[in-house]
Amino acid sequence: MKIIIINYGAGNIQSIKFAIQRLGYEAILSDDPEEIKAADKVIFPGVGEASSAMQKLRASGLEKLIPELKQPVLGICLGMQLMCNYTEEGDTKGLGIFDTDVIRFQKDVKVPQIGWNQITSLKSSLFNDISENEYIYLVHSYYAPVTETTIAESTYGITYSTALQKDNFYGTQFHPEKSSTVGEKILENFLKL
Amino acid sequence: MLTKRIIPCLDIKNGRTVKGVNFVDLRDAGDPVELADIYSKAGADELVFLDISATEERRKTLANLVLKVAEKVNIPFTVGGGISSVEDVDILLKNGADKVSVNSSAVKNPQLINELAGKFGSQCITVAIDAKQIDGEWKVHLVGGKVPTELNLFDWAKEVEERGAGEILFTSMDNDGTKDGFANEALARLSTELNIPIIASGGAGNIKHFVDTFKEGKSDAALAASVFHFKEIEIEDLKKELKKNDIPVRL
Repeated sequence: MKIIIINYGAGNIQSIKFAIQRLGYEAILSDDPEEIKAADKVIFPGVGEASSAMQKLRASGLEKLIPELKQPVLGICLGMQLMCNYTEEGDTKGLGIFDTDVIRFQKDVKVPQIGWNQITSLKSSLFNDISENEYIYLVHSYYAPVTETTIAESTYGITYSTALQKDNFYGTQFHPEKSSTVGEKILENFLKL
Repeated sequence: MLTKRIIPCLDIKNGRTVKGVNFVDLRDAGDPVELADIYSKAGADELVFLDISATEERRKTLANLVLKVAEKVNIPFTVGGGISSVEDVDILLKNGADKVSVNSSAVKNPQLINELAGKFGSQCITVAIDAKQIDGEWKVHLVGGKVPTELNLFDWAKEVEERGAGEILFTSMDNDGTKDGFANEALARLSTELNIPIIASGGAGNIKHFVDTFKEGKSDAALAASVFHFKEIEIEDLKKELKKNDIPVRL
């Protein structure tokens, strides 16, 4: 199986590569459109700030490529947020794969949310053998509200989407690569799609 | 529900853990990677590696260690100690650290916080603050609490939040090493006045101290070293007791 982690200068991709390695697979970092198109699975990471990440995607032509991919694609954290229509962070237009905006947490909670929260209302084969209320690791200041594409929810002040899916596109607000054995199982489910 | 975090802290010198640890099942007590793996399996929510090396090879050794930890460990970890530039942070994050913590370098050059938050995002920038009370006022200290500054703890904490810190790791030098409990009054004030997570550090001696810092100190996370390293407290026992006290934890 050919697994590509899209490499566009977004922060902590080493951890994703290692997590996949612990599952017994090998992932390749790439920004080459042909290589990405030919992969069996594509992981779209993202750590950092939205508008500068989006700028990098535009500059490299990945902005057009990603929404056209046909194989399973998993966006993680900011990767998931960039797959939405728009994010308030840096007033940034996204890839428009998930039909929702991403907005900032209100002042009634500490921002960023950092730590382990629970996932509920699990709806996708991404969560095969994962129980309701399992713990996953999150660190973020912006969130996608619950919409039709929501496949997992968490609560922090409000209830919001911690995972999204539309067709072959998946997104997790949490970091499966940092969410202990639960996260590794979710990552493995994605690789087995 | 977001849970309260339990964070063992490992002191690192030249790529090895410094303080003696009391793990019978550990093949090499000085190997931070093996220790990190044991803690992650024992239920730690996060790990902090504090580098106290002073050699010229320091940066390279630490970067290599981070890579090895990231390869093995499936929970988040923070790296601190001697970090003073964008380049320092870049290599640590690229090698797999989730967060970095800055301390003295931020006091000497507060603009560093803005630069790091702007480049890497607030979520991976922890500002560590060491402070102790002098004539009733909490004063920020440097070099592990040895050098006092004129900065007031609460003023400095607010400033680092405004400059883009994602969380604060507050160590009370008055409590550190005493095993008499955390500085809950100051922690509660930080937690109330600021809108970013606060990690309590310094003073952990028993399980009740953790209950108190989450309840009275309103802390979001608690960090400790020796009580975990010497097995005075097992993380699982600690979390069960926290849960009994209606404190949300990952169990």
